[in-house]
Amino acid sequence: MGNEYRIALAGNPNTGKSTLFNALTGLRQHTGNWAGKTVSMAQGSVPFKDKVFQLVDLPGTYSLFSNSKDEEVARNFIVFEKPDVTLVVLDATSLERNLNLALQVLEMTKNVVICINLIDEAEKQGIKINEKLLMNRLGVPVIKISARNKIGFPLLLDTIDRIITGAIECHPAQMKYSDEIEEQIRKIEPKVREMVGDRISSRWVSLRLLDGDEALLNELNKRFVPEGVR
Amino acid sequence: MGIQELYSEAQQLSTAKMRDDIVQQLYDRSHQLCQEGVSYTKSDRDLRTEKLDAIFTSPILGFPIMIAMLGLVFYITIAGANIPSAMLAEFFGSLEKYITSFFTLIHAPAWVNGVLVLGLYRGTTWVISVMLPPMAIFFPTFALLENYGYLPRVAFNMDRLFKRVGAHGKQSLTMAMGFGCNAAAVISTRIIESPRERMLAILTNNFVPCNGRWGTLIVLSSLFMAASYTGGVKSLVTTGVLIGIVMFGVIVTFFVSWVLSKTALKGVPTHYTLELPPYRKPKIFDTVIRSSVTKSWSVLVRAVKVAAPAAILTWVFANIYIGDTSILMYAVQFLDPFGKLLGLDGYIMMAFILGLPANEIVFPILLMGYLSTGSLTEVDSLVALKKILVDHGWTWLTALNMMLFSLLHYPCGTTLLNVYKETKSKKWTFLSFLIPTVIAIFVPFVITQTVRMLGLI
Repeated sequence: MGNEYRIALAGNPNTGKSTLFNALTGLRQHTGNWAGKTVSMAQGSVPFKDKVFQLVDLPGTYSLFSNSKDEEVARNFIVFEKPDVTLVVLDATSLERNLNLALQVLEMTKNVVICINLIDEAEKQGIKINEKLLMNRLGVPVIKISARNKIGFPLLLDTIDRIITGAIECHPAQMKYSDEIEEQIRKIEPKVREMVGDRISSRWVSLRLLDGDEALLNELNKRFVPEGVR
Repeated sequence: MGIQELYSEAQQLSTAKMRDDIVQQLYDRSHQLCQEGVSYTKSDRDLRTEKLDAIFTSPILGFPIMIAMLGLVFYITIAGANIPSAMLAEFFGSLEKYITSFFTLIHAPAWVNGVLVLGLYRGTTWVISVMLPPMAIFFPTFALLENYGYLPRVAFNMDRLFKRVGAHGKQSLTMAMGFGCNAAAVISTRIIESPRERMLAILTNNFVPCNGRWGTLIVLSSLFMAASYTGGVKSLVTTGVLIGIVMFGVIVTFFVSWVLSKTALKGVPTHYTLELPPYRKPKIFDTVIRSSVTKSWSVLVRAVKVAAPAAILTWVFANIYIGDTSILMYAVQFLDPFGKLLGLDGYIMMAFILGLPANEIVFPILLMGYLSTGSLTEVDSLVALKKILVDHGWTWLTALNMMLFSLLHYPCGTTLLNVYKETKSKKWTFLSFLIPTVIAIFVPFVITQTVRMLGLI
């Protein structure tokens, strides 16, 4: 169908990611089995205006390196399945730890929306978040929500819609590393681009290779290298 | 260029420090963004947690505080358990007289009294009087620390050391679990997500003495290591010896992890996030009741369930004669030369072998073995206990070796079963048996030979 779009939900464990998923999709859910096989992810649809958003609830993880099956599955989905928009759900009461996941997602894919969840709880604790500033710094929409109390949903859905139509363009700010690391990235990135082209971010792949991410290496081998060459 | 070559090239450009820097800089950026974009209007509670963390996880104070806390828990356990242990032993001892005279009264055959009183009754009451009081104190004290939020800080402190040997910082949490029960701790390694580091945690968990070995360790160190002291100092010395033993276990853990991560389980430690929850005042009543009653009770039930049949079996073996030697003595004599090499004896080796189902029963079996050879002393006090051991040629070296063997030897049957369930691999299960066993033979052997060579004994 031409009006269906895939939206991935990423986030730390216990950030209310699944609460958001359930609140948005209601009973329109089923369990999908994606590549990675061992971990199944819940899927559900959200009709909005003339479109249908297919939401995919990725496993909750603290990071998107390949430390565990969960992290690999979430990472592979964002990078290789290429959802139209990736929602990163953050816990407003511990934003610092959560933001680190958002920064990683911004390195991997372009269309990202940052949802700061539990905003009512944060306000109760006296935490004030300047989302305009964060939006500026990160280059993608930042939206405060409360999944539990269904606050901020219209704006969230509208933003997703406008990203899909192209009314909003995301320019995810790339994390700037120290000179030493940037230099190594420069050395390796051209060669990476030769191999993966524009299909995935060559900068991100370079970083992962420098970090010694063997799981990603295997995945790239499976997906990008033709049978005979391996 | 193939992707494999690209990977090798990237690996040459990269260093371990750079891998850390990548993650570090991601966190620095998050921190910076929060500095700019987040403001706090009332943050007393958060500040308190931060201030406490600055002390508990400080590079200088972190370790001394950790060891002091561990020492405190041990000291409370040992000093507090002495009196109730003695009272229970005395109570069971006096009860035994009545049971025996009851059997005499109804003219029961001698073997009935033998199996039921000398075998079953003595074995199980030993387990209860020696194990129950320390457990009832240790579990709640430890649980209080846990509920206060201190344990994740321990993991944080230990992380640097674990990383250096190629293991995972969360391994210290599974080790803490091991103080209670290694079998449960093997299951708890599920919190370690990466399979390689999880395997390391499973294979080395046994080097933390579980509560089934606590009884043995406490009794032996207070009888032989702190023998010349009395009162509070005695408990203090016993605590010191126990801390030493635990530290030695930790060192062996690091060593084995390091060797494995250089050989069979090659690889670099993964990055991970450890949540440090805010410090909370524990619900003291709840914690104490739940952990002392339910946990101690379930461990005790298990101990008695295994101890009872083993006690009967030991008594039967000790009293069935082939020619003029009992089955038990055949086994003991067979094992004796090997035991002597390790500074132990045949009885001790046999107790450890029969004790495979549960570490709790090793000491009772040993005692029954000694007692079955004639000297039917009633073990109603620790003094009597020491006399039995000394009569069988024990010295401080025997006690030390037995403590080390107990600390290092193969995991109990339940733990091995759990290792198999968790790894689904016969090879790794066998290794989790083999590695500790080899070390448990090697260490006492070296110590014994050295001590004998130096003529210290």
